[in-house]
Amino acid sequence: MIEIQITRKLHGADGELNLQFETRIKPGELVTIYGPSGAGKSSVLRMIAGLLKPTSGKIIVDGQVWVDKNEKIDLKTASRDIGMVFQEYSLFPNMTVRGNLEFALQKGQPKNVVAEILALTQLENLQDKKPALLSGGQKQRVALARALIRKPKILLLDEPLSALDSGMRAKLQDYILEYHQKFNLTTILVSHDYNEIVKLSKRVLLLEGGMIQKDGPPKEVFSSPIG
Amino acid sequence: MMDLAPFYLTLKLAFFTTIVLFVLGIPLAYWLAFSRWRPKIIVEAIVGLPLVLPPTVMGFYLLLAFSPENAFGRFLDNYLDIRLVFTFPGLVVASVIYSLPFMIQPLQSGFRMLPHVLTEASYTLGKSRFITLVHVLLPNIKGAILSGCILTFAHTIGEFGVVLMIGGNIPNETRVVSVLIYNEVEAMNYEMANFYSLILLIFSFLVLITVYVFQYKRADSSIFR
Repeated sequence: MIEIQITRKLHGADGELNLQFETRIKPGELVTIYGPSGAGKSSVLRMIAGLLKPTSGKIIVDGQVWVDKNEKIDLKTASRDIGMVFQEYSLFPNMTVRGNLEFALQKGQPKNVVAEILALTQLENLQDKKPALLSGGQKQRVALARALIRKPKILLLDEPLSALDSGMRAKLQDYILEYHQKFNLTTILVSHDYNEIVKLSKRVLLLEGGMIQKDGPPKEVFSSPIG
Repeated sequence: MMDLAPFYLTLKLAFFTTIVLFVLGIPLAYWLAFSRWRPKIIVEAIVGLPLVLPPTVMGFYLLLAFSPENAFGRFLDNYLDIRLVFTFPGLVVASVIYSLPFMIQPLQSGFRMLPHVLTEASYTLGKSRFITLVHVLLPNIKGAILSGCILTFAHTIGEFGVVLMIGGNIPNETRVVSVLIYNEVEAMNYEMANFYSLILLIFSFLVLITVYVFQYKRADSSIFR
């Protein structure tokens, strides 16, 4: 179980915004955060990852405290058991595909995990290529594979498919769904693509004006007006 | 008769200066590139000073600082048994300070030009800052590292004012090529002065060509697009 209750003031194009985000996510759930741009979707993900500090609040993951501002606890990103795929391409240009995956191995993790994930994600034929030679879709597939190496407690996907064309996007959605089910990964996806959300998740959080306005299955959330 | 000792000494000085600056430069440039501490601009200005200050001014103050007559020099002399005035180690220390911007600025801009998402991705993979620096950042700013090293090396070879102030003109200890050329001119020995000067001129020209070739190569590579 993931318990999140965080606040932070955000400065965006439309001025200041008080982000107040509170929710619980069950193990193995795939939840989408949806909302207009500037609503703080990515900021929520970044605070879960520890890349952005909340002003106050708590994040508790399976009983382990990641953030408790009252107790002055705010774990470094590296100490949080997460996998994250970013909107921008984030593969390390100096390493091959395989090198990127090997870099993600944790201390004591057997090396054959890399081969296993390469096989699962059907990236074996690309393993010796440098990222510069890959297409956008391939890069994000590798980034997803890299995030899976450590078998994280939470997988954070920050609009990873938004730069891809629709064909590639549909393919990668299938991959995300497949890995999510195979590893029973608790996954939080930021997306503003309606079809993607309906296809991937059973639960949507509608974030607007810094607060969760709606929380439920996609059909319900998208069928009724806000209020 | 051509005197080779100053050439050897100059190369030795440039070599040690580059090594020391490389080791000091990486953490300093990293800090300057990523720290959000506002007063860091003071440090940036200090690093950039050798670009605008007459070398004699820098040499003069270093001479005062290193002199055993003064507190810092006396401390080095009494407690560490180090004498920096008119010695080779003193030249290295002075050169390191004098060439600081030539190493720091390329490294700093190299760090800044890297997409920040690479660093963040590394952290989300459970990697520490140090591991990220060594395995992700440094390998991706190879061009900047090379530029910094080459420029530092070349700049040290071209030093004159600082060297003369702090090192004087002691054969095999502090007489580098630029000082040697000065000596030859003073002695009206224009032929030798011309000969030594030409070597430095060609060397400097080749160094700059090399740096630009690497810079163009870096601009052409599309890895971050």
